[in-house]
Amino acid sequence: MADHKISRRTLLTGTAAAGALSLTGVPARAEVNWKKYAGTKLEVILAKGPRGDNLQKYVKEFTELTGIQVESEQIPEQQQRQKCVIELTSGRPSFDVVHISYHVQKRQFEKAGWLADMTPFMKDPTLTAPDLVESDFSAAGLQYAKNDKGQMLSLPWSVDYFILYYNKELFQKKGVAVPKTLDEMVAAAEKLTDTKEGTFGFVGRGLRNANMTLWTNFFLNYGGEFLDAKGNILTDGPEAIAATKLYQTLLTKVAPPGVAGFNWMESMASFTQGRSAMWIDGVGWAPPLEDPAASRVVGKVGYTVVPAGPKGQYSATYGDGVGIAAASKNKEAAYLLCQWIVSKKQGARLLQTGGGVPFRNSILNDAEVQSGVKMPKEWLQSVIDSGKISKLGLPVVIPVAEFRDIVGAALTATLSGADPAAELKKANDQFRPILERSEKA
Amino acid sequence: MSALTQSTPGAAQSDAAPEKELRPPSYWPFVVPALVVVLAIIIFPWVFTIWMSLNEWKVGSSTTFVGFSNYLRLTSDPRFIEAIGHTLVYTVLSVLLPLVFGTFAAVVFHQKFAGRGFLRGIFIMPMMATPVAIALVWTMMFHPQLGVLNYLLSLVGIPPQLWVFHPATVIPSLVLVETWQWTPLVMLIVLGGLAAIPTEPYESAQIDGANLWQVFRFITLPLIMPFLFIAGMIRMIDAVKSFDIIFAITQGGPGSASETINIYLYSVAFTYYDLGYGSAIAVVFFLLIVLLAAVMLYARQRMVWTEIASDA
Repeated sequence: MADHKISRRTLLTGTAAAGALSLTGVPARAEVNWKKYAGTKLEVILAKGPRGDNLQKYVKEFTELTGIQVESEQIPEQQQRQKCVIELTSGRPSFDVVHISYHVQKRQFEKAGWLADMTPFMKDPTLTAPDLVESDFSAAGLQYAKNDKGQMLSLPWSVDYFILYYNKELFQKKGVAVPKTLDEMVAAAEKLTDTKEGTFGFVGRGLRNANMTLWTNFFLNYGGEFLDAKGNILTDGPEAIAATKLYQTLLTKVAPPGVAGFNWMESMASFTQGRSAMWIDGVGWAPPLEDPAASRVVGKVGYTVVPAGPKGQYSATYGDGVGIAAASKNKEAAYLLCQWIVSKKQGARLLQTGGGVPFRNSILNDAEVQSGVKMPKEWLQSVIDSGKISKLGLPVVIPVAEFRDIVGAALTATLSGADPAAELKKANDQFRPILERSEKA
Repeated sequence: MSALTQSTPGAAQSDAAPEKELRPPSYWPFVVPALVVVLAIIIFPWVFTIWMSLNEWKVGSSTTFVGFSNYLRLTSDPRFIEAIGHTLVYTVLSVLLPLVFGTFAAVVFHQKFAGRGFLRGIFIMPMMATPVAIALVWTMMFHPQLGVLNYLLSLVGIPPQLWVFHPATVIPSLVLVETWQWTPLVMLIVLGGLAAIPTEPYESAQIDGANLWQVFRFITLPLIMPFLFIAGMIRMIDAVKSFDIIFAITQGGPGSASETINIYLYSVAFTYYDLGYGSAIAVVFFLLIVLLAAVMLYARQRMVWTEIASDA
């Protein structure tokens, strides 16, 4: 039989240890009561994609942890956005937790007051694990998640930086160095274009609306700002014109024919078939590029940051987050779920499969997490480097879709030879009243 | 008539009956369910749409009554005016081409030859496919660098085309998909028509020494005209409101070169959430469809009249 008597020595050791602990200054902290909302049922609406998959695959772990049941549905992005807006407008959404695209919906959701304020939850130690602190999120993430009053209206989930993908084999064949500046990129693209062989130096989105996410990389690197202090749109100034000229040159001189109608899908097809040497797009395409079943350039892809422009080097940044519907009756339980979604474990899984990039620095900079990344090391490096030069890629206004459509159409028009300055001016004249109307409303 | 009624015995009897029992049978309770349904799902949405079109109505903000200003905005909206043009071109082409090819295919498949049933089955397969799925397949077939269409052209020495990726060729290319998918429908309708034609006119034409073209032009075509008319009507309604193929392949692009009213309406209402303006577009679009249908009906009436006239 074991002896259960406490010896004097053990007692002393224990006391000393407790005393030492109090000396380290760690405050006595209440534990998160994960089981407090057991039995609650939550509804989640997700945009279809790797983030949604990652949640659905492991959500049982959350249920085991908390006893909260989660029903979730994934809907294609555009339709999901519409469904959310329509349901939230009705005042009685069918979901508690909503997956939002910051670069499209941030301002709209804030202005309409559709999201619950998470700030008090984040301060409550019985609801929030000690490692979840605001300062752990990247600057872009906080910019997206907070409103003007500094309230956290969502938790930043996954960030999308734009990076430069390049085909190492084609670069080697033509003896071209990886460009560090936008000018070098044009020169490299010219050398890499070989119309006889049907290979081109550059490919990227030309399709109206979609093309804006590419163009803003150039715009930011030429020193462009979307709005002035009074909230007027600035996309017809000299920076915008210079960026558009670059865009026009790249997409008409060194890009595959028909690029004016390309979205990411067609661009990726051209790149994965080895028919284009460079491609600037979101960071999330590494998995298909490295998939032998879908790509001919497996192992030959280089990943790097968007080249610098004359006024700086930025990576246009987009992203999504999770928020709680203000109309939800289960806000605390929903908050636990949001917290789990952006937790270290889930974030690491997302990063390691290349399905997304967590906004949390503690995940991104964790050596153990990094070592588990299945994508090439260069990809991870480009992600980390992009985080340092990240800048929001679209103006934070309500009519983002109109902005993308109108300025995007102007860009597409320049691909058929229209003058950049005239097109941008026309687009701005068209967009200004729309913006004014939406801000007044 | 009235004289006859008065003299019928039944009428005399009812005259004799006491007035209280003479209540006319009341049918209106039977009409109520249908009336409620019509009111709820047809009349109400329409009245509501018209009401919305008179308001500045953005999702997430309050609504204000603005009278006809949404309609005035339409007249100076270059995207809307362009969209009308695109819709008309798209509609005319995607009605005419399937009609021509469908009639031709019907005449071919009306002949008796080995494996006819099997080939007919193959021919109508495009019609059974899901538009969005085939749209994605066609998008890749149109790809200027990697698409199979440019490869096929290169085999016969034709330089590569830009298909849906160039403003000038985007609508014809989309019509190509539409034609590929809906020619079989026209063929089926016309085949039905061909089966109903008596053989006598053909026999007498043979005796008179008519050639194949004359037989088609003067016998087959007039006799299948009513069927072609139905096919044309169905195609027109489908083509005007075509959405899935255009949206999935080009989303109205490049630029706005293939933006039809339907696509623009969708953007305004569900991407810009401008419900007031979107409703105004919907109302104008509806009027346009009514106008087109009226033109078709007028043409049909004239056709029936000439048929009777020629019979006489």
